[in-house]
Amino acid sequence: MLLEVRDLHVEFTTRDGVAKAVNGVTYSVEAGETLAVLGESGSGKSVTAQAIMGILDVPPGRIAAGEILFKGRDLLKLKEEERRRIRGADMAMIFQDALSALNPVLTVGAQLGEMFEVHRGMSRKDSRARAVELMDRVKIPAARERVGDYPHQFSGGMRQRIMIAMALALEPSLIIADEPTTALDVTVQAQVMDLLAELQRELNMGLILITHDLGVVADVADKIAVMYAGRIVEAAPVHEIYKAPAHPYTRGLLDSIPRLDQKGQELYAIKGLPPNLLAIPSGCAFNPRCPMARPLCRGDVPPLYQVTESPVPRTSACHFWKECLHA
Amino acid sequence: MPEAILEVTDLVKHYPLTQGVLFKRQIGAVKAVDGVSFALGAGETLGIVGESGCGKSTVARMLVNLERPTAGAITYKGEDITKLSGRALKAVRRNIQMVFQDPYTSLNPRMTVGDIIGEPYEIHPEVAPKGDRRRKVQELLDVVGLNPEYINRYPHQFSGGQRQRIGIARGLALRPEVIVADEPVSALDVSVQAQVVNLLERLQSEFSLSYVFIAHDLSIVRHISDRVGVMYLGKIVEIGTDTQIYDHPTHPYTQALLSAVPVPDPEARLHRERIILTGDVPSPADPPSGCRFRTRCWKAQERCVVEVPPLEVPPEFRLSLTPASHPSACHFAAEKQVVPPSPPAA
Repeated sequence: MLLEVRDLHVEFTTRDGVAKAVNGVTYSVEAGETLAVLGESGSGKSVTAQAIMGILDVPPGRIAAGEILFKGRDLLKLKEEERRRIRGADMAMIFQDALSALNPVLTVGAQLGEMFEVHRGMSRKDSRARAVELMDRVKIPAARERVGDYPHQFSGGMRQRIMIAMALALEPSLIIADEPTTALDVTVQAQVMDLLAELQRELNMGLILITHDLGVVADVADKIAVMYAGRIVEAAPVHEIYKAPAHPYTRGLLDSIPRLDQKGQELYAIKGLPPNLLAIPSGCAFNPRCPMARPLCRGDVPPLYQVTESPVPRTSACHFWKECLHA
Repeated sequence: MPEAILEVTDLVKHYPLTQGVLFKRQIGAVKAVDGVSFALGAGETLGIVGESGCGKSTVARMLVNLERPTAGAITYKGEDITKLSGRALKAVRRNIQMVFQDPYTSLNPRMTVGDIIGEPYEIHPEVAPKGDRRRKVQELLDVVGLNPEYINRYPHQFSGGQRQRIGIARGLALRPEVIVADEPVSALDVSVQAQVVNLLERLQSEFSLSYVFIAHDLSIVRHISDRVGVMYLGKIVEIGTDTQIYDHPTHPYTQALLSAVPVPDPEARLHRERIILTGDVPSPADPPSGCRFRTRCWKAQERCVVEVPPLEVPPEFRLSLTPASHPSACHFAAEKQVVPPSPPAA
């Protein structure tokens, strides 16, 4: 197993109290596999990724409990110096907004080359040559001429390619992509996702794709973890979850997106609002919005039930997953 | 189509590019909108889709007269509103209102919800007498599904979806006939998006509104629209009913756009043809000659370089009654199914 997150808890201390952003997340990724983490804003999907990468703002953030095993080693027990050597070299992150993630006053060549200078101790000249190679690899036209350009001289899609190039620079075994195409137009989004998938195959990397877009997930993921209020409410192989969701939240999400292939009637809307992380509802966090909620849901936090064991394990955090599955 | 309430003819908006400080010389123009025509029927929803920079928001801003067109006419009930000023303009503005994209920046953080929704009444006092306004605002809050007691709260006390409801209530305050909604749900979470889309649909039938619905999300546009126009680089390239555009597109750009939309169905991965366009949208300051899409089009030929394709029903479909018979600005328009037909509803 490439990466295993076990029972991770992350809290943020705010003026109004402690916000429990991540409440016991467990997931794993193997080499060459794509895990999609799906959730709305505030569901804890990005915070989990930040904890894995070790870029959580501490304080106000705090990892309250849990383990993050990367190639068998618990990252949370490593010294900062050791983590730094892993970060960027063996696991890398692609951010949503390339314009704010890139440094506006440095050329893209300098930013790409920095990876080789810092981690591999290359000279500036060699690292510049590697930067051009990388830009070629992510299909940026006229890489040799553009290596001295600044981020603002590139279009949105090209900037996201530079982000991908930077993440791939040292051929990491794990890539975390946090909403990599959300800021892009559909035609460009398709280009970028294609590129990412191609490079992943080539390098046999594990990929964690964080997104709120059920369409993107269906296109590329092998398995999905759906998050709500800092917990994974359902985890399953991609085909099964779309066919028959085993959690009412997943079902609600799937029903609430309009379809491209038909006009359809009134959309199903999940009632209410996402929960306040300072005061997560007792029992199942989804119960105030759930059409299937019963007294049990308000009292007992549902454990992760095994829906199927083999060939691929599938879990749901709903007391009534059987009903949901067959609804 | 029902009788047109709003008609747009050859709308053009060029933003001048200047050089020099004291003696500004015009060295070119960003052709944000370059000849757009369409009609909006009463009670109808016209969707406009396109990628960023295609000019769809500029069209929206011109429709509500926030921006004056360089050329062209916008006719509302037989009157060209681009020529109006003063009192006559004010009267028209009452009837064409806008809902903005970003509920975080389109509400003044220092005003209470009551003041925000009530502000249109300050400008058009004839709609509601002073003593009546508070009640009217509370009614509006109720209509958009917010608690009328929230009238004294500030925008930051609301979530994104609730704020968008406030923006919608403000748009409704003057009982307009046309609402121009510019990406009204794209800043919202999926589960909240559906709530707001449903609200917009309910309000449309309740107040017999006509919508111009601008968005980049093709699925949502199909869901809400009766007719859809596809824009590319300042021009409409294809326009028709939702079935005509989504199930029988004839313009290569529409086909590419539709095929690129991620569909929430993993089975579709296997038997779905995807057209991946190369390159980026060219700059609207220097659009390609002839057909603007030709630089990214796989069908482009010599003719596309010299001849601008008009937006009309392609000759080969002109006499047929197929759904492919709708205006499409391509010399080589041909039908191509890119959205796999849906399986029978489960």
